[in-house]
Amino acid sequence: MVKVTIDDKTIEVEAGTTILNAARQIGGEVVPPAMCYYSKLTGSGGKCRTCLVEVSQGSEKDPRPMPKLVASCSTQVMDGMVVKNKTSQRVKENRDGVVEFLLINHPLDCPICDQAGECHLQDLSFENGSQKTRFEEEKRTYEPIDIGDKIKLHMNRCILCYRCVHVANQLTNQRVHGILHRGEHAEISTYIEKAVDNDFSGNMIDVCPVGALTDKTFRFKSRVWFLKPMDASCECSKCSGKAVVWMFGNEIYRVTARKDQYGEVEDIDGKTAWICNECRYDKKDLKNWTIEGPRKINRHSVISTNHYTEGKVEPKKLNS
Amino acid sequence: MGRRILLEHDNVSGIETYEVYRKQGGYRSVEKAIKKMSPEQVVEEVQKSGLRGRGGAGFPTGMKWSFIAKPEGVPRYLLCNADESEPGTFKDRYLMEKIPHLLIEGMIVSSYALGCNQSYIYIRGEYMWILDILEKAIAEAYANGWLGKNILGSGFNLDLSVAPGGGAYICGEETALIESLEGKRGNPRIKPPFPAVKGLWGCPTVVNNVESIAAVVPIVNDGGEEYAKIGLGKSTGTKLISASGNLVRPGVYEIEMGITVEEFIYGDEWCRGIANGKKLKACVPGGSSVPILPHYLVCKTATGEDRLMTYESLADGGFASGSMLGSGGFIVFDEDQCVVRNTWNFARFYAHESCGQCSPCREGTGWMEKVLNRLEHGQGNMRDIDLLAEINKKIEGNTICPLGDAAAWPVAAAIRHFREEFEWHVNDRETSQKRNYGLVKEPSPIK
Amino acid sequence: MSSHKHTPISARHTEKPSFNAEQMAEVQRVIAQYPEGKSKSALIRILHMAEEAFGGWLSIETMDYVAEILKIQPIEVYEVATFYTMFNIEPVGKYVFEVCHTGPCMLVGSDNIITYIENKLGIKVGETTKDGLFTLKTAECLGACGYAPMLQCGKIFHEHLTPEKVDQIIEAYRSGNTNF
Repeated sequence: MVKVTIDDKTIEVEAGTTILNAARQIGGEVVPPAMCYYSKLTGSGGKCRTCLVEVSQGSEKDPRPMPKLVASCSTQVMDGMVVKNKTSQRVKENRDGVVEFLLINHPLDCPICDQAGECHLQDLSFENGSQKTRFEEEKRTYEPIDIGDKIKLHMNRCILCYRCVHVANQLTNQRVHGILHRGEHAEISTYIEKAVDNDFSGNMIDVCPVGALTDKTFRFKSRVWFLKPMDASCECSKCSGKAVVWMFGNEIYRVTARKDQYGEVEDIDGKTAWICNECRYDKKDLKNWTIEGPRKINRHSVISTNHYTEGKVEPKKLNS
Repeated sequence: MGRRILLEHDNVSGIETYEVYRKQGGYRSVEKAIKKMSPEQVVEEVQKSGLRGRGGAGFPTGMKWSFIAKPEGVPRYLLCNADESEPGTFKDRYLMEKIPHLLIEGMIVSSYALGCNQSYIYIRGEYMWILDILEKAIAEAYANGWLGKNILGSGFNLDLSVAPGGGAYICGEETALIESLEGKRGNPRIKPPFPAVKGLWGCPTVVNNVESIAAVVPIVNDGGEEYAKIGLGKSTGTKLISASGNLVRPGVYEIEMGITVEEFIYGDEWCRGIANGKKLKACVPGGSSVPILPHYLVCKTATGEDRLMTYESLADGGFASGSMLGSGGFIVFDEDQCVVRNTWNFARFYAHESCGQCSPCREGTGWMEKVLNRLEHGQGNMRDIDLLAEINKKIEGNTICPLGDAAAWPVAAAIRHFREEFEWHVNDRETSQKRNYGLVKEPSPIK
Repeated sequence: MSSHKHTPISARHTEKPSFNAEQMAEVQRVIAQYPEGKSKSALIRILHMAEEAFGGWLSIETMDYVAEILKIQPIEVYEVATFYTMFNIEPVGKYVFEVCHTGPCMLVGSDNIITYIENKLGIKVGETTKDGLFTLKTAECLGACGYAPMLQCGKIFHEHLTPEKVDQIIEAYRSGNTNF
């Protein structure tokens, strides 16, 4: 076990733990935001740079501070390491900078985006964004396309977190989409009009931190905060059958996996409870499901309003 | 001062062939190393030589070699970085084109030192004709027993081959190079783990620049201490300088480190001054990513001392008034050149070459390019100049690999030293579209 | 200006490409340079070979064929082919002129050379002449800074360009006399 201090809170964690995961063990305000890292997907992280933190003491043995901010999702803790997240002005300034970069080409289409209300970029800009843009250039734009029978890709909104690529590599037997081109022209695509078609491809929607990949069976049906999320289960031969059904009255509007406070699919019985496409797209009838009870939302986001919440979810303060 | 140890024989006719190269003393270092030295002794000589990586970062080669992990039963790889793509740099090309066997000889000795039995030269795809030259030379080396099984009867085996890139500056970054050599997109890896522990196919790997590997040959032949006597202070040995821009005689020169910048630009043996009798306006001494120096800081440092062609002297004054030796891509600007235009040009380069993996670089380089494009074309505002400086600060140090820094530094330096020229592009838009600004004023010394 | 044409693209080859015996032997020689199970490493080189063999560009059919040879997914080939700028993913002319326009070349007049070629061939950067003979492109630093301005055509670097030299080069390619 190694000892690490993050924003004056000290915890002992297993050697090899990353700063981000150590922070998640402490919980609360010390946890840096993560847009690309996803603990259930091997190889994710390091790309978005929103989780940058300051290491003011490298370790007990070598107390020198690290000269650059480091990506907390891919930096392992050392014994005696001291990390600053919320308590560092430098982190605040640079994270603001990263958020500005993520937003310059992002459309301001939250009012018509299905992800609004549960969007991690929305939350992040609320915390770290500026109310004004300094970007006077033309934004990069793409036409929305179908990359599968049930998945719509809005490349305009994509922040290139690569999570969906990891899903395709790790959950499906054949990856047919990927990152094409490079630099600011890099994009998610299937290249040829080949539909993403696999029993577990729908999980790409659940891992997408923004509204780039949306569920075509739910598009424009309702705002997420108007729906009542319920934990529900069904008999399924392909997946665990444990999901969340999002209801309006007695109607099921959409089905998603069960997600934790970081937006990650939960582990159930020691296994990540990804859901199959049949559960996600085809079981929209109450008869398909056994309702277990209301889903407790524990995220700091619009989605927690009007819903049962877990613990105390404080309303956010607006940055001036 | 014209000491040449790498390019000693570059003008010997037929030096690209095995016979001539061998006649000029080629492959002696392999004989010496394999027959008389242990691999550790070779590493030691390289450490003693003080050789610093010639690709741009200047990290001590011997130290890099000493980091390589040696787990039992796991192969180790030596990769030669011949992805020379930094604007202003074309020295590796010259060396490989002229004396391919020197690189191959260096690869054999270095592979022996590191315990590698399979090594690769990764060459930028645009140098495809050099790939042909190298493959021909490699075939000759195999035919003469310098490559293959049981080299010189020592039991040491080595296979060497060449792999081309496909047009991507980023593959000069060592982990991007490794990715590319694995047949993937050239996305730099997140470090740690470093290649010395987990590199090509997850195995311990060393990546060295062409010139660094070539320098191992004289180091082994003459000994590390002899090599360290060449040069000045911690800038040991000779350095290949690629000179370009508005010079009377641009080209590749091997210099002993320590000659003055003034001598290099104006000396008869070297570049012979600014072309067409014009005045010097600025100089980028180490490839496009290093800070640009205005005319008054090129030959003298801020404290009035002679600026020398060494790692230390070119960096004298830090980023406030110095630059870097970098890859030795020495780009010279005459009085008719526009710094705003050139800064935009370099920004376009980095935006074009960003892999797009991490957000500050992907978005930041593109943003800078667009703002600079407007400024250069008479569409800029004063706030754009400060905005550029701001974007810069948010990229620098926050990216996965050094491309972010490489994109940020030239813009920051140009604004630092040539701010009046940028402001002129805003204040006098029309004139700035018709003529160039000329020399910037030297600030009066702070008393 | 900055809006993107979205892939998928439609450029296709009508026939399935296939390396001849000699080309295939070369492909196998390259694959053999890598350890067992690491043949994906040969991808970039094989793409260069495929481009040369099948019309100077990579169609979907060509890329799928390369994927088949290396036993990898087609998307892995598309990802690589679109990352590296040397690969043409749309049809090009018989001769592709890539004129370097980065700093050191610009300092000694590459912009004028580009304009000169545009006027001479009657096309803009990115276009192909009607006779299908020439495509004009700009390229970032090609490593010929001391011999600038320059253009690359295939494996050949044409350096120290002047309008007169450009005339000669174009004439040489037109007449098929490409022994430079």
